[in-house]
Amino acid sequence: MARITAGIGSSHVPLLGVAVDQGKSRDDYFGPIFAGYDWTKQWVAEAKPDVVILVYNDHASAFDANIIPTFAIGCGERYKPADEGWGPRKVPDVEGHADLAWHIAQSLILDDFDMTIINEMDVDHGLTVPLSMMFGQPVAWPCKVVPLAVNVVTYPVPSGNRCWALGEAIARAVASFPEDLNVQIWGTGGMSHQLQGPRAGLLNREWDNRFLDLLEADDDAVRHIPHIEYLRETGSEGIEMVMWLIMRGALGKAVKRLHRHYHIPCSNTAIGHIVLEPAP
Amino acid sequence: MSDPAPRQPIHDYLAELEDIPGTRIFTAARARKGYWINQFAMSLMKADNRARFKADERAYLDEWTISEPAKQAVLARDYNALLDLGGNVYFLSKLFSTDGLPFAEAVSTMTDMSWPEYRQMMLDGGRSPQGNRSIKGGY
Ligand SMILES: [Fe+2]
Repeated sequence: MARITAGIGSSHVPLLGVAVDQGKSRDDYFGPIFAGYDWTKQWVAEAKPDVVILVYNDHASAFDANIIPTFAIGCGERYKPADEGWGPRKVPDVEGHADLAWHIAQSLILDDFDMTIINEMDVDHGLTVPLSMMFGQPVAWPCKVVPLAVNVVTYPVPSGNRCWALGEAIARAVASFPEDLNVQIWGTGGMSHQLQGPRAGLLNREWDNRFLDLLEADDDAVRHIPHIEYLRETGSEGIEMVMWLIMRGALGKAVKRLHRHYHIPCSNTAIGHIVLEPAP
Repeated sequence: MSDPAPRQPIHDYLAELEDIPGTRIFTAARARKGYWINQFAMSLMKADNRARFKADERAYLDEWTISEPAKQAVLARDYNALLDLGGNVYFLSKLFSTDGLPFAEAVSTMTDMSWPEYRQMMLDGGRSPQGNRSIKGGY
């Protein structure tokens, strides 16, 4: 049977993709950020996931203002890197796992999650930057990916509680997939940042680290943080952190933390990541 | 298992979103108001649209059902005005890239700082949430 073996929460700042693509990842500015991912790169190379369920948000790339799916799952065979206005990133196409994705989609719908199913789309930095951070610059990505796009732009976005419950339902779906697959789930976005208005540039080291503490905890208190707290404390785009709760919900009640890293700044953003395993 | 508290009434939820200093949360009301501004910006994802826009910004804007103040705000690259009119930064960023302006530099134009000042603030740890959390509460 398929099983979820680990989860990663990680920022997906577009500038990190630029740093990788332009070979700047070890300079004075980016060095401390990429050093924090060195451990994780080595770990993931050994963990060798067959599939990553990659929770992210589209930033007006695949979806325009017309249709706004709250939760959308990519059930296609492959996805191309999106042109976000600077030309598509020169990274490999993303190979989907259509069998697993369709299985998860069906299971989620039967579990009362009204999923949007996507057959064709381009994937933007929200999805490709985490792949670059974990896998570097391979000729082909070493695993298949099930994209799971969450609306965190137009309000109301889904609650932390709903995201956690979706994660639980994803874990049930994976556990009922007959093929023997090593599956990881990554929740991406954040951490504190605000990209708009006179308050732009807000960062909150203390709150972000409290959030990381809560993710490591053996309870689900983190799911009840209301939207307004993310917004006041971590900036308007800090709300992306609700996507980490889909990852956390999928790992079960207790987890073991394998690695954690936090750094300020990366462009407008506080950058952080955490690697978790379900506790036995 | 924990039972969530009963859901907050919708009007309280929406009112709180307006209580953050220097911030326009992209509510349904803004998404509705700014729909064509955002769709105009989205159209700049296509190279031929970018070329037509650059050749004659006003003429390209006139193809869209957006208000005169919104057109003026686009021409002036007044991003705070565009946020007030329902623009969203992820859509407006198509205008940043059309102008060849890095994202963070474009963001800095919405603050009271110059780009070098803003960049330095970020290097120094960013803007503090202290005093920036609530208009009514002042904390
Ligand atoms: Fe994002």
